Amino acid sequence: MNQFDLTTILPITILTVWACVLLLVDLFIPKTRKGITALLSALGLAATLGFTLSQIGMEDSGFNGMVALDGFSTFVNALLLVSGLLGVALAYGYVKRMGIERGEYYTLLLFSVVGMMLMAQATDLIVVFLALELLSIPLYVLAAFSRPKTDSEEAGLKYFLLGAFSSGFLVYGIALIFGATQSTNIFAIVESASTSTSNLLLTIGAALLLIGFGFKVAAVPFHMWTPDVYQGAPTAVTAFMSSGAKIAGFAALLRVFATAFPAIATDMTDVLWVLSAATMIVGNVVAIAQTDIKRLLAYSSIAHAGYILMVFVPYGNENVVATSVAAGLFYLVSYAFTNFGAWGVVIALEKKEGKGLALNDYAGLSKRHPALAAAMAVFMLSLIGLPPTIGLIGKIYLFRAVIDAGFVWLAIIGVLTSLVSAFYYLRVIVVMYMKDGEPTAEREPWLDMTTAVTALVTVIVSFVPQFLFAWASDAVLKLF
Amino acid sequence: MNLSLTLLTFSPLIGILVLLFMSGNNRNTMRWTALITSLVTFGVSILVFTMFNASNPDLQLVEKYNWITVAGWNIQYHLGVDGLSILLILLTTFLTPISILSTWTAVEERVKEYMIFFLLLEIGMNGVFLAQDLFLFYIFWEFTLVPMYFIIGIWGGPRRIYAAIKFFLYTMAGSILMLLAILWLGVNGGTFSLPELIAQGGIPSNIQWWLFLAFAAAFAIKVPMWPLHSWLPDAHVEAPTAGSVILAGVLLKLGTYGFVRFNLPLFPEAAVRAAPWIALLATIGIIYGAAVSYAQADIKKLVAYSSVSHLGFVMLGLFALNPEGIAGAILQMINHGISTGALFLLVGMIYEQTHTREFKVYGGLWKITPVFGTIFLIVALSSMGLPGLNGFVGEFTILLGAWGAGQNGVFYWGNVWFAAISALGVIMAAVYILYMFQKMFLGPQGEIVDEVKKHGHAIRDLNWREIVTVVPLLIFIFWIGLYPAPFFDIMAPAVDKLVAMMPLP
Repeated sequence: MNQFDLTTILPITILTVWACVLLLVDLFIPKTRKGITALLSALGLAATLGFTLSQIGMEDSGFNGMVALDGFSTFVNALLLVSGLLGVALAYGYVKRMGIERGEYYTLLLFSVVGMMLMAQATDLIVVFLALELLSIPLYVLAAFSRPKTDSEEAGLKYFLLGAFSSGFLVYGIALIFGATQSTNIFAIVESASTSTSNLLLTIGAALLLIGFGFKVAAVPFHMWTPDVYQGAPTAVTAFMSSGAKIAGFAALLRVFATAFPAIATDMTDVLWVLSAATMIVGNVVAIAQTDIKRLLAYSSIAHAGYILMVFVPYGNENVVATSVAAGLFYLVSYAFTNFGAWGVVIALEKKEGKGLALNDYAGLSKRHPALAAAMAVFMLSLIGLPPTIGLIGKIYLFRAVIDAGFVWLAIIGVLTSLVSAFYYLRVIVVMYMKDGEPTAEREPWLDMTTAVTALVTVIVSFVPQFLFAWASDAVLKLF
Repeated sequence: MNLSLTLLTFSPLIGILVLLFMSGNNRNTMRWTALITSLVTFGVSILVFTMFNASNPDLQLVEKYNWITVAGWNIQYHLGVDGLSILLILLTTFLTPISILSTWTAVEERVKEYMIFFLLLEIGMNGVFLAQDLFLFYIFWEFTLVPMYFIIGIWGGPRRIYAAIKFFLYTMAGSILMLLAILWLGVNGGTFSLPELIAQGGIPSNIQWWLFLAFAAAFAIKVPMWPLHSWLPDAHVEAPTAGSVILAGVLLKLGTYGFVRFNLPLFPEAAVRAAPWIALLATIGIIYGAAVSYAQADIKKLVAYSSVSHLGFVMLGLFALNPEGIAGAILQMINHGISTGALFLLVGMIYEQTHTREFKVYGGLWKITPVFGTIFLIVALSSMGLPGLNGFVGEFTILLGAWGAGQNGVFYWGNVWFAAISALGVIMAAVYILYMFQKMFLGPQGEIVDEVKKHGHAIRDLNWREIVTVVPLLIFIFWIGLYPAPFFDIMAPAVDKLVAMMPLP
């Protein structure tokens, strides 16, 4: 280990140390003033974000090729840290209101972000696994954070059991890949795979890896846990989980598949095609039947995993892989902001004991809280993919990459499922704007700010997406 | 730097910003703000018209700036106007203040949001007619959906939610297929700029055919062409009056305009190949729309189905692919916007008093409301194509074009039958329009007159505001009917240029 090794993981180190210190500091913060912990954790995230941004343009690899610092990791880390900040802002008032304000909440969130960031930087499958556990275990605890509420405990346990199960697949996959290539380092895997003649073992290993990640990003048919966990977990946790874990999972998938497995692309492309199409179809179709906003957004989150999966399909095609990965990165940004905003509105309307989560509780929102309803309408339009929102730009970018690669039918499935999704997202707007009711909403400053910021980003970036486009496509330049 | 088209497109934004910061219940201030904004926009469009050179067939007042030109994208902020779109722009900016004026007393709830959505809609419509970059066009195109959805869904009739969602999903179903075609063009052509793509040409004919169909899906639903029209009666019946006016007046034209602007020049071979098929659907639409109109018991539904019939004429004219047909079709777009817009306005005015649109309760209104009756008669006659009024000019030119296309083989298997059968549509229009007029205004006094009296006030004739609302439309009904030459002159060079691109048999 030398000093250069440390610079590669500088932001991760800072955040880890900060989280450990916070764990101790929290002991001395009185129970009634846990807001200080939230503030401190936000400071830590913001400082780390600053360091991450200062690393833009740096290219390095550390710990004998175990982790990499490159444009890709910087982009993803920045997004993860922003997600962390939004997660803290959403949680601040929510945990207080729900009577679950405990300092560990924020520490666990920080540790989870550390795991996610490590995931984006990992270039060795062992590190990928470590990072996955580091991001997941705090999330299991957070999902059960509303104890002794049974729903929340059930969510935590379910998430834990299925998460552990999927980790099994992942480890087994890594073992098989090691068997096939004598290495767990993705660069070594590439070399070994390109020279060997039979790739059967490698293919099976990669498939198992895909299953493991499939659980994390909630791709069909590994999505069964998602609605229950998203519904049972405290809403602020769900918001963070649905964005953060997805970003990290996709980041690892993008790096591992795009760099390590081009040799078996012909086998995997069909699998990924089916996975993506199935996820889009099931997620969107099942969402139609939901009447609980948390479950609706959970299925919506599954559906969006399907859209992002589209970018993997052409990963073996050298000409388009860079564009499609960049499209995936941009879509993750657009999804993260939209998704956080939508969950923010859900949090504003949620009452104790799980009240205020039915779709009908949103009736008349546009009259009582016009700004909140307008924000939610923006998020829904963005999730459908309509102007003037970032969601449309993201989807167009994705579809272009897929068409560029020649998978026109996948693009057609993509747009048709978007049409299906319009039906249930519009229903939210219908209830808010066209039905009468007397909803009440909490107006906490941090929550309002989060909703406002995400809504503004959702709209404004759609007019000037070129900066993010440029950043995303620069980020993937050195990846291949 | 010429920013006149940007100014034209986005000038409603000023009103929106003002409205956003208005609070409380001063509904009249809000109405005036919206009205003045839309009048200013109309003024800007007149200004644009004075700068427009009608003898030039090309795009004018072009604004072209790089928008997204990174990461392999080549998207420009590219606006321009030519003879095909200038009249439609004027129609849009002309109808918007009229519709706002028509809702003065009809909309009492949530006036602020209503006006904001209306002005947003105007931005979207202007943008669609001016955008010369496919990407930009798509954004404006999809954007028009959102405010209209809210206008129907919030301020509409009893089944408004159903109608709004149906409208939204139908339109979106078509446009997402167009999106894929746009992306295909952008990826393979390296640009989204319409003039550049047209100049490049050279799309293999089998692919051209699929792209043509994808674009046509979006536009045909919007027109709407038979058999994709079923959203229209619902949307029209449930929409508030101003919504119906804009829907019939402008939004349907987005579809027919799309065919002229995109399908014909981008995919000329496919357009020629599709011509008889589109003409067949158009002819069916003309006859079907007219027949179904006659069977309606609801005034708004009758007018809605008559739109299906009238827009069939427009489609028939467009795909005649000769100057008469296309020029007639563009003029007929304007005519339909004026006449049907006026019909919806008038229906809205009587509905505001009676709260019913059923024919059977009306009757003998002529005696009570002579001014209303006279105006209604003029508009009805214009809609059925009486010589001397605007409808006749458009339909006659279209039939001329369709007859020519039948003779010179553009409708290669249809021959002149399309023109001959479509001409029946004009007669059928006379039947259902006069039937409506007779049921409402002639005969014994209908029960609605007493019904309204029971509530303490009699049915009154039009007031000054309502007259001001319709008179501008009447002027154009006569102007186009008696002296259409200036209108044809404006579009002739651009139409000739378009026709010259067609590889006709």
